[in-house]
Amino acid sequence: MDQLSHVPILSIVTYIPLVGALVLVFLVPKEKTGAIKAFATLVAAIDLVVSLPLWWAFDRTKDGYQFVEKASWIPSLGVNYHFGIDGISLVLILLTTIVGLIAVYCSYTAISERQKEYYVLLLLLQTFMIGTFCCLDLFLFYVFWEVMLVPMYFLIGVWGGQRRLYAAIKFFLYTLAGSVLMLLGIIALYFYNTTGFLGYKGLGNAPTFSIEALTAVAAGMPTELQIWLFFAFFFGFAIKVPMFPFHTWLPDAHTEAPTAGSVILAAILLKMGTYGFVRFSLPMFPQAAQHPRVVGIMVALAIIGIVYGAMVTLVQKDMKRLIAYSSVSHLGFVMLGIFALNMAGVQGGVLQMINHGISTGGLFLLVGIVYERRHTRMISEYGGLAKQMPLYATYFLILALSSMGLPLLNGFIGEFTILQGAFAKNFWWAFFAASGIVLGAAYLLWLYQRIFFGEITNPANAKLPDLTLREQLTLAPLVILALWIGLYPKPIFDVIRRPSEKIVQAVGGRVLEPPALALRGSGEPALPPDEPPVAAHP
Amino acid sequence: MIFAFRTSDWILLSPELFLTVAGLIMLGLSVAIGKKREDFLAFLAVLMIGVTVAFLVFVAVQPDRAKPILGGAFVVDNFALFFKALILLSLALTVLASAKYVGSAPYPGGEYYSLLLFTGVGMLFMASGNNLIAIYVALELMALSSYVLAGYFKGEPKSTEAALKYFILGAFSSGVLLYGLSLVYGAAGVMGLPELAKFLAGTERSNLVMLGILLILSGLLFKIAAVPFHVWTPDVYEGSPTPVTAFFSVGPKVAAYAILARIFYVAFPKFHADWGFVVALVSAATMILGNVAALLQSNVKRMLAYSSIANAGYALLGVLGFHTGWGLWGILIYLLAYTFMNFGAFTLVILLESKGYAGESVSDFNGLARRNMPAAVVMLVFLLSLAGIPPTAGFIGKYYLFTAALKAGYAWLAVLAVVMSAVSLFYYFRIAAAMFFAEGEPSKLRGSYALTAVIAVCAVGTLVIGVAPQPFLEVLKTCVLGP
Repeated sequence: MDQLSHVPILSIVTYIPLVGALVLVFLVPKEKTGAIKAFATLVAAIDLVVSLPLWWAFDRTKDGYQFVEKASWIPSLGVNYHFGIDGISLVLILLTTIVGLIAVYCSYTAISERQKEYYVLLLLLQTFMIGTFCCLDLFLFYVFWEVMLVPMYFLIGVWGGQRRLYAAIKFFLYTLAGSVLMLLGIIALYFYNTTGFLGYKGLGNAPTFSIEALTAVAAGMPTELQIWLFFAFFFGFAIKVPMFPFHTWLPDAHTEAPTAGSVILAAILLKMGTYGFVRFSLPMFPQAAQHPRVVGIMVALAIIGIVYGAMVTLVQKDMKRLIAYSSVSHLGFVMLGIFALNMAGVQGGVLQMINHGISTGGLFLLVGIVYERRHTRMISEYGGLAKQMPLYATYFLILALSSMGLPLLNGFIGEFTILQGAFAKNFWWAFFAASGIVLGAAYLLWLYQRIFFGEITNPANAKLPDLTLREQLTLAPLVILALWIGLYPKPIFDVIRRPSEKIVQAVGGRVLEPPALALRGSGEPALPPDEPPVAAHP
Repeated sequence: MIFAFRTSDWILLSPELFLTVAGLIMLGLSVAIGKKREDFLAFLAVLMIGVTVAFLVFVAVQPDRAKPILGGAFVVDNFALFFKALILLSLALTVLASAKYVGSAPYPGGEYYSLLLFTGVGMLFMASGNNLIAIYVALELMALSSYVLAGYFKGEPKSTEAALKYFILGAFSSGVLLYGLSLVYGAAGVMGLPELAKFLAGTERSNLVMLGILLILSGLLFKIAAVPFHVWTPDVYEGSPTPVTAFFSVGPKVAAYAILARIFYVAFPKFHADWGFVVALVSAATMILGNVAALLQSNVKRMLAYSSIANAGYALLGVLGFHTGWGLWGILIYLLAYTFMNFGAFTLVILLESKGYAGESVSDFNGLARRNMPAAVVMLVFLLSLAGIPPTAGFIGKYYLFTAALKAGYAWLAVLAVVMSAVSLFYYFRIAAAMFFAEGEPSKLRGSYALTAVIAVCAVGTLVIGVAPQPFLEVLKTCVLGP
């Protein structure tokens, strides 16, 4: 598979949707909706097919970035067009191409207005998302990171629900406010590497935005400066995750977005934030990330997110809003895992990023399906659907169980590993987080009960058709992935192990010898408590 | 001072001389050519500007051109050439954007074009000005012509109001500027900027000079519409004919930045710490007030007026960072980006003003995406660029300015600037929301060829600088003032 290294495979995967979007804009007339749909699906499918070889060609034993492409872009600033991936980016890119295809395919009947623009935006969004995961240059990363907001803004604003305008601008403003602070952090880092700024003496190196180079440089910064920059980046990422208390844009954006928009938001866009933490915050500012106070704040926010998110989820009346709030809780888990700063925590966090994409993305799809039939998302409007839509009930059950972390399904593996990591650090972290799992079971089972069990009380539900083949085809891949990760997560752990080790080493955690982990392979590496518990709450 | 009049000096001023002649020709022709054939005048004006550009290219390749000419009154260095090119670009865009607008108004067009060209002459001289009095005279030439332009639609009360306000406040600010110049001259006894710097380097800091510098700064801040000298802007921008507004928002501002940069960079670097503090405060106030006030506007021209105030605040960050090597470079790249994106945005307003002079509220943009998709997408590009979202020219420009602020030690100002650019997105995207989300008139919208050309030029400029900034950055690096 070494041939792949001679092809700019990452650029190809990234720009296929962009090219497809341009073809749609210029060559396909907007009246031919059938052709538009077919073409958009074809483009997304090609992108998926082209991205799949990455999985096999990727060398799991190597450290560092693979499939690297590098070209000079703005030499005056030291900016390069620099792509490359490690295991963490790899799984996220594959998730993006899978979800991208599903998002296009699930919109056939849901979107009836301005279809051409819709599919063009979906494809553009996909290019920007994949590009974000591929970047090895901080400047380029920022460009992709920002421009991604634009198509999402329009997806929510044009094809969204009642309060779409409010939700769209809120989404845009929140994320932009965070990322401009990150921009300052990037500039500061750049000057620390070159000529210095604000009284900090620069290192006098050649100007660069290379993530690898800057990571090495930043790790040697004085702790005080690291903490400043950590928080500059923190705002960019925490808003995107979203961590409590920056989460308020999320229920609005999720609820108002069209189904495909919600799916992409949940599955991919939220992961940008957690990806930022593992790719930048931890390795670049290790002293800040290990600082007891910083860890205390991060973990406290994560746990508040888990518990508060779950409690708010319990009382939601709108299905979509309910699932949106559950994301706050789930992403809290991811953050907890990452800031456990040990192998189990980080690996679990990364895996849970994927899991959340699968199960929550799937749940949004399911809500979208009944919404298309009934045009309401209120839980009280439903009841007894199990009899009328047995297939639908089955898919819903599997994905809900995966979301709540039932063994044999993907969520369990992720949550278990995260809890293990948290437990190794501090019993109480794991204790509070585990209560979130209990609450999660409560809101999901209760939701399921209210929608599916009992008699059909609302006559409007009496004649609902069950899933069509197309709808099943959008759900099936997610269910298969959920089962696969639940039963045999080793392949994914293998891919993310090396980069996770590097991150954990950077923040001073201990890494077990690879064989020990690989032999167990079950994805539940029984790590001994690798460090004494950190006094996290001073 | 001995004036050495060399013929070669006049060659270096050939663009200015030609443009003056061109303005006079236009004025003469306006008598002969009736209202019906005014398109010809517009065409002629663009042609004249084109010839001026040719002269500028000719000047650019002259050897030894960077030496002061006419007894040190002017200098044609790379810095001046850049500004001249930018000024001519904005002039040409303005003429093209005006053609239909002026043609359909009941006022003669010849005078309009000749006034525009005279404004251009003033601005070209400003870009080269190397001596306080030369700068002042050039500034006044520009200002007087622009007062008349503001009131060009003399039958419209708003236009007259704009002209009167502009004139009174402009005259006042010119007085302030002149007073400052006289104080500095009184202290130093020299007019040339390099001579001033030499004199000041050898003296102690004195109150007389400080007051002079402060007054000069105030006069120039008026021209670039920075807080607290901004109050004229919204009214003048709202009342002036829209092509004139578009022109005001770029041309004269660009020229004012040229002299602001030259005076403070060449003559007063010694007191950077003193005026730097004032500029920092002004910049902060300008960014806050411009952006916050823009949030409340429903008239597009007023909104863009406040947005251009806010933009002046960003550009002042570059003034602060003069000594870091990033500041001046940043101002140049930002002004280049700003010319394209701001003029482009105003051109869209012109395009929509089919209803005549009155219609210019944000709701005019309603449903533009359905009426003319390319126009809506292009406007979106301008708005994104104004808000500083990559990959557009505005992002590159802002990147440099924020960098300059951080490098100059004003971290708080950099934080304020980025937060304010997030705020700015809110009002820019009200227009975006109107275009794409709201229902509007069902009729399709078509622009004239001239307008389409202007919009295309601006869009291409905005995107190319954003995506491939390297060649521009390299050229502009050679255009910053030497030490």
